[in-house]
Parts: sequence; structure tokens; C-alpha cells
Amino acid sequence: MDSIVVRRLKKSYGRTLPPAVDLQEPFSVRQGELFGIIGPDGAGKTTLFRLLTTLVSPDEGTATVEGLDIVRDYRQLRTITGYMPGRFSLYPDLSVKENLTFFASVFGTDIKTNYHLIGDIYCRLEPFEDRKAGNLSGGMKQKLALCCTLIHSPRVLFLDEPTTGVDPSSRREFWETLARLKDTGMTIVVSTAYMDEADRCDRVAMMKSGRFLVTDSPAAIRGDFGRQLLAVRSDEMFRLLQDLRKMPQVDRCYTFGDTHHVVLNDGCKSAPEGIGRILEEEYGHKGVSVRVQPATLEDCYMNVGG
Amino acid sequence: MEDNVIQVEHLTKKFGSFTAVDDITFEVRKGEIFGFLGANGAGKTTAMKMLTGLSFPTSGKGMVAGYDIWTQSELIKKNIGYMSQKFALYSDLTVRDNIGIFGGIYGMKRADVRRRATELMERLGFMSEKDVRVKELPQGWKQKLAFLVAVIHNPRILFLDEPTGGVDPAARRQFWELIYDVVDSGITAFVTTHYMDEAEYCSRISMMVDGRIEALGSPAELKSEFGAGSIADVFDILARGAKRSE
Amino acid sequence: MKGFFAFVRKEFLHIFRDRRTLLVLIGLPTMLIVLFGFAISTEIRNVNIGVCAPDKDVSIARLVDKIDRSEYFTFKGWYGSAMDVDRAMKKGEIDAALVFSEDFSSSLMSAEGAEISVVTDAVNPNNASMEVMYLTNIVYGYFFSDTDSMRQSPLVPNLRMLYNPQLRSSYNFVPGIMGLILLLVCALMTSVSIVREKETGTMEVLLVSPVKPIGIVFAKMIPYFVISCMVLVITLLLTIFVLKVPVEGSFFWMILVSLLYIILSLGIGLLVSSLVKTQIIATLIIGMVFLVPVMMMSGMLYPIESMPYVFQLIAQVIPAKWYIEAIRKIMIEGVPFVFVLKEVGVLLGMTVVIFTAAVLKFNDRIE
Repeated sequence: MDSIVVRRLKKSYGRTLPPAVDLQEPFSVRQGELFGIIGPDGAGKTTLFRLLTTLVSPDEGTATVEGLDIVRDYRQLRTITGYMPGRFSLYPDLSVKENLTFFASVFGTDIKTNYHLIGDIYCRLEPFEDRKAGNLSGGMKQKLALCCTLIHSPRVLFLDEPTTGVDPSSRREFWETLARLKDTGMTIVVSTAYMDEADRCDRVAMMKSGRFLVTDSPAAIRGDFGRQLLAVRSDEMFRLLQDLRKMPQVDRCYTFGDTHHVVLNDGCKSAPEGIGRILEEEYGHKGVSVRVQPATLEDCYMNVGG
Repeated sequence: MEDNVIQVEHLTKKFGSFTAVDDITFEVRKGEIFGFLGANGAGKTTAMKMLTGLSFPTSGKGMVAGYDIWTQSELIKKNIGYMSQKFALYSDLTVRDNIGIFGGIYGMKRADVRRRATELMERLGFMSEKDVRVKELPQGWKQKLAFLVAVIHNPRILFLDEPTGGVDPAARRQFWELIYDVVDSGITAFVTTHYMDEAEYCSRISMMVDGRIEALGSPAELKSEFGAGSIADVFDILARGAKRSE
Repeated sequence: MKGFFAFVRKEFLHIFRDRRTLLVLIGLPTMLIVLFGFAISTEIRNVNIGVCAPDKDVSIARLVDKIDRSEYFTFKGWYGSAMDVDRAMKKGEIDAALVFSEDFSSSLMSAEGAEISVVTDAVNPNNASMEVMYLTNIVYGYFFSDTDSMRQSPLVPNLRMLYNPQLRSSYNFVPGIMGLILLLVCALMTSVSIVREKETGTMEVLLVSPVKPIGIVFAKMIPYFVISCMVLVITLLLTIFVLKVPVEGSFFWMILVSLLYIILSLGIGLLVSSLVKTQIIATLIIGMVFLVPVMMMSGMLYPIESMPYVFQLIAQVIPAKWYIEAIRKIMIEGVPFVFVLKEVGVLLGMTVVIFTAAVLKFNDRIE
């Protein structure tokens, strides 16, 4: 069963500007799927979220969410979706509990009814129930915002960069929560700037200039990398980066954690040892290590997204 | 001591009964990239405020860029650069105007601003955009400009507070190359980040848990100390021991 | 409906959390009433006056004595000629002068009547006209009571100050202040609080909820409606018990017209909030487009009749003008309701137009 079906969708904000969203190819998200969207700033991710949550209406094309048209049936649609915008939208002058109570009653429910959905997140907030939301730290605000979004048990959940500015442990907890929600059959669409998070999605769309460049499972995207990738390190990492870029065998080279990832030119069959020897002999690098690297999602992003 | 641009001993900051920063001691060496990591609410921001001369510690002492944090905070501010995720640029002014304004704020002579601006704009490939209004620049360029503005006065230390939050992998790498570039020219970088792969780019990193520095060393040293495969794992091990959740 | 009440509750929470603003809203009417009622005053006091009377006689001396005894004027001295008066006025010795014609007393009895010139320093035209008015009033009052022959003279203009015999300016200001404050509370506060949700991004979340968007804004109006009613009561109490301005007309109709004006102002706030995106712009629009004209052109500070024709036309579309006029009529003149039907009709029409525009302009998306 498809939860979200898009045949074509276009939205521009001004006549002179290129369209923010310009999806020409159809795509769909299955019910209970965890669907990730990655892409640079200005790729159109937020606009796509606003289109699917009926906050803006498309110039051309349309889409359905749970069988409801985003233009025609927007009123019913709003009762079954949950949306967490990029900036956590809470009332800073209201307490944690008042925020949650308010959002519950806006959706015509109360905290008790759907406590099972938020319980494992909210229990962390309960000691601070009377604290003003404005005085919470980033991670806590994010948790509260998620609770407020989940309180009416939406069938489709839209999360726009929910983990920006949140520390790694909180991020991991957050994704564990998403996995649990997914198990309840909820459809989740999430955008992120973290590739390790994108790796946890069932499918990922790489978005740029309003279009989806690639839409597939992380494993399939990684499998389609199709280039020779090396992980290189030496004692002088910054000089290594500059030297690698001078080498004719190297197409692209970029930092990657404690190594540099090197994409070799298609024609070059240079074995790792060959590259290592050149670095040592011609460029005088010490402590060189070169090994073949299986592509990660981030490598794919770097080479598709440009 | 000559080689340490930041030297902090037993620095503590209390807000009432709450100890935000709890007796931290560390040094940052000249010319290194120092990663300042920790969970949300671990006390990083509070510590950064003390180091950048924005607030006084409750106790302890510290020298930043050769100046005392108790008595010379104005001199500290003159000798450091600061950039955060919300880069402060005047969006309806041109690139050149922005550079001029920030150069002026740091009391640079006009001729010096012009020379340094030209040098930096050339290095960062900004020359063709110098008369463009900032709001018309793409996001990545704005970030680059914010960076340029932060180093316009040739600071001894550059503080970067989550400079890459919410930025896509390609843009993050470009940004780190900028950091490498200025560090190469002798500036020391002090960086906070939530991206653990970025932690690997640092010369040394510290990990803050509940207001204390629980680990300090080069990424390789920390990984072997904790028997972890990546800095992300080290972070997890330490964060698990945290008492205060926020 | 449950969602709607949750909204209302939330709005009250916002207002009570922001104690300072609440205090300002309640304190402002008190402050303005006291300020306008006592401190700022367009009444004239202690005006120095000179008199030039070539044919000085007992009746003139008694008139001057009467003028000097009034709280408005202080007699400075006799001047020999109009030239002397002029000189004294330039030096700042006197602000106004009475110049009697030669053989004033004898011509007073003649058929042509007598002539008195009232001369004032018109650097401040408001004061000058006020001085002329007061002086003429006293002069006529004097001859009315003192000289029987005056009464027979067919040429004497009959000048009387109606409704505000002591010319107390607070009578004029009270309706004006009410018009101003109610607009401030309703229009400014409502629009700012709606636009704030746009700015912080909470509007996005509210819009994707099943609560009807128009319900969101109506929920915002309720607390400000309540506060406005409180302000209305405070203003009236202050007016009656502190300024001691008597309410001549029907209390019931005064309240009803005020409620209509409150609803109209809420509509203005709603309309503005649906047109702008930032709090600062909302504040500027309400301030420049509504508050300043209310102060300048609603007849609150300056009489509409003495404004240039263009401004008089503009004044016709200012809601506060009609409200102030209606309240003046009911409160101070004490006329029956039928005499303010026109004003109420205009206000009602404006309310319908503004609400229609606001609801039509209201967008339940964020574009």
C-alpha cells in the first residue's frame, strides 16, 4: 500500500526564481516506510515538506497522502499528518506540560490517550514538566517538539531536519524512537544532513535543485557507486589532501574522518600500493596507508550531489 | 608556555547551585585544530563564553591569546575571531561592505582592511562576487563569507561554534578545507561540532561530560584509550556515563 | 470546539505570562486619563492682557476689573495707543489686548453700536483663538448683564459655549482617549500576537492541525476582547469619578457603541496580521496607518472643522472619528440614541467591510 503518491509536483516562489520543487518523475512512499531526503541547503526539501503537509499549494501537479489529495482534501489530511518543522515550533513562554496539553487539545485528544506513543521520550521530560520550553536545551526541545507532533497519533509523520544541532547520543536515541514508531505502521518522511542517519532509512532520495537525483535503498545506492574508491592516510593529512589532488590518477579527493577518500579516474587501474608508493617517493609522505574502501552513502552523496 | 594559545586551569562556572563548568584544565597549542566536543548541555557554550571574554568564571584562571580572562577580556576579544552557525552578516549590504564593517569593528585601518580583504577574497575565490549583496549569495557562499569576516583581523585564535550545523556533507568538507587553510597560515582553530567525522579532522579533541573534561587527546589516542573504532563510539561510551540529561 | 477552547486558554496563558505587557495595557488608560485630564491642557490660564481705551470710563474699568478677576487673564496695564499695544506684545509683556474705539461709551448707545478690537499674539494659533473666544465671551457676558441697551441692539452676535460651559478640555479628551486605547489594545495586540506565531514558526504547526485556521485567529481575539472590556470599564470609572465628567446620555448605548468599536478594532488587527509577516511591520502599520491618524485627525486633539479640506475627507474614513463623535454626543451632549444612528451605522458598515476583507485575505496556507 502506498501512503504518499506523487506524480508530478512543481512549486516556484517567484517568477524570476528557479522552482523550489520541480519533481518530474513520479515517486511514492509505502505505508510504514522510513523515507529519507538528503540534499544541500536550498535543494527544496522544506518546500517539499510544506507541499505534502498542505502548507503551500503546488503550481503544477499534485500528490496524495493516505489517498487524500494535498490540494482538494487538505482539511482531512491535516488531521492525520504530523509535521515537525526545522525550527522546533514550541511556545517558549509555556511550560513543557502546557505545550504538550495545548497541542493535544488542538488535535482534539489528550495526553493520556496516546501516551504509549510518546511515553519513552516523554518520561525523560517529565522531571522538567513545569520548566518553560524556552529554557530547555536543544536536545530537550527536540524531544518535546516530537512529543507534540506525535500526540495525536498521526498516520504519516513529516520531520524536517529534526536532528540539527543535537548531539550524537540524542540523535541515536531519536532514531531508535523513529524505528519504534515505524514498527507501529507509521509512515515517516525525514530530511537530514547526517549521512549515517540516512543510512538507517528504508529508502533515500537525494535531492538537488528541486529534483530527486537518486531514489533507492541505501544498500542499492552504495552498490551503484561503480568507481574505484581508496582510503588514504599519512602523517601530514592536509598536505596529503593537496598532493592527492595533483595526481593525474585522482578524480576527486575529500576528507573522510581520519582518512581521505580518493575516487580514481575511470581509466586508472592503479592498485592501492601504486598510489602509496608515489606518495612516499614523489611527495615524501611518511606513515602512508592506502586501502580499498567500499563506498558509503556519504561517498555516493559526494559524487552524485556534486 | 609560549606555544599554548589557550591555557586554562581549574576553570569553574556556577549558576546558583548548578555547576555548569566543573574545574576544567586544558591547553590549546599554537597552530592546532582543537575540537571541543560534548553533549547538549554538557557546558560547552558556557566554557566558550568564558574563553571568548563574554563572561567571567566563578573560579580558576586562564590565559587566551596571551591575555588574562579575568583582567584583559577586551584584549582577548580583539585577538580572537568568532563564528557560529547563525552567521552574523548584514544581508542587504554587499560582500565588500560587510568585510569593511567587520574590519572597522576590529579597529583595522582602511588600507589594511582593503589589503587583507583582497588577499582573503582571492584565496577564497570571492573576487567576482565582491559587489553582490549578501542576501543574493547562495547559502554555501554566505558561510564562506562569514568565515572570511571572522578571520579578517588575522586573529590568533578562531572560535567556531557548530559552524556546520545542518549543512550537507559536500558543503561541510569545503568548509573544513577553509579551516585547514587558515590553520596553515598560523591561526589556531577552536571548534565545536556534533559531527563525529569532523572530530577526526582535529589535531586534538576534548570531550566534555557534565561540565568536566572526561577525555583529551588526539583522535588516535582517544580511540586506543577507549578501545573504540571511531570517535563516535568514544562519545557514546562517555555519554552513557552522563548524569545530567540536559 | 474543544480545540478552540484550548486556544483561548493558551492565549490567556501567553498574556498572563507576559506581566509587563499586561500592566502596560491596564496602566496606559489610567496614565493617559491623568495626563490629558490634568497635565496636558488646551485651556488657557494667566494670559497677560493689556487694554487701550482712549475714552476710559466706569463701565470699561469695571469690565477690565472683571477680566482681571477671571482665572484666565491677568491685567497688565493701560496703553495709550494701538502702537503701544503692539510694542508691548512684541516685548512679550502681554499676550492679548482689548482695544476700545474712541468715544466707545457714547457710541454704545448709538444705533451703529460700539467697536472693540480683540488683539492676540497668534504665534500659537490654538491659544490665540481660545483667547479670542474667552475674551469675547467675557465682554459679551459683561454687557449682557450690565447694559440693558445692549440687549436691544439687533447687531449683537449671540455667542455661547454649549455643553462645556467652563470649556474644560477633559470633556473633549475622554472620548478621544477611549478611541485610542481600545484601538491600541485590540488592533495592535491582536495583530502582533498572530504575527508572532508566524515568526516563531508555530503557525506552521497550527495550520497543519485540524483546527480551522480562522478559529485560531478568533481564539486570539477573545482574550483581547476581554481586556478591552476591562480597559473600557477602567476608563469610564476614571472619567466619572476622577475627572468628574458627568455622563449625560444613556450608559447602555455608550457601552454598546464601545463594544462595536472594540469588535471593529479587532477586525483591523486581524486584517493587518493577515497581510504582514513580521511583528515590526505589524506594529508600524498599526502605528502609522491607524494610531497617528486617530490622534491627529479624529478630532481628538484638533477640531476636524478647522482642518484642511483634504484632511477632513480623510478623517471620514477613520473609524475612531465616528466612534469619538458618537461617544461625545452620548456622553457629553446627552442626546438620545437616534441622533448617533449615523455614526453607529458608519461603524457597523466599517466592521462588516473590514471583517469581510480580513476573512477573505486570511490564508490557511503559509504562502
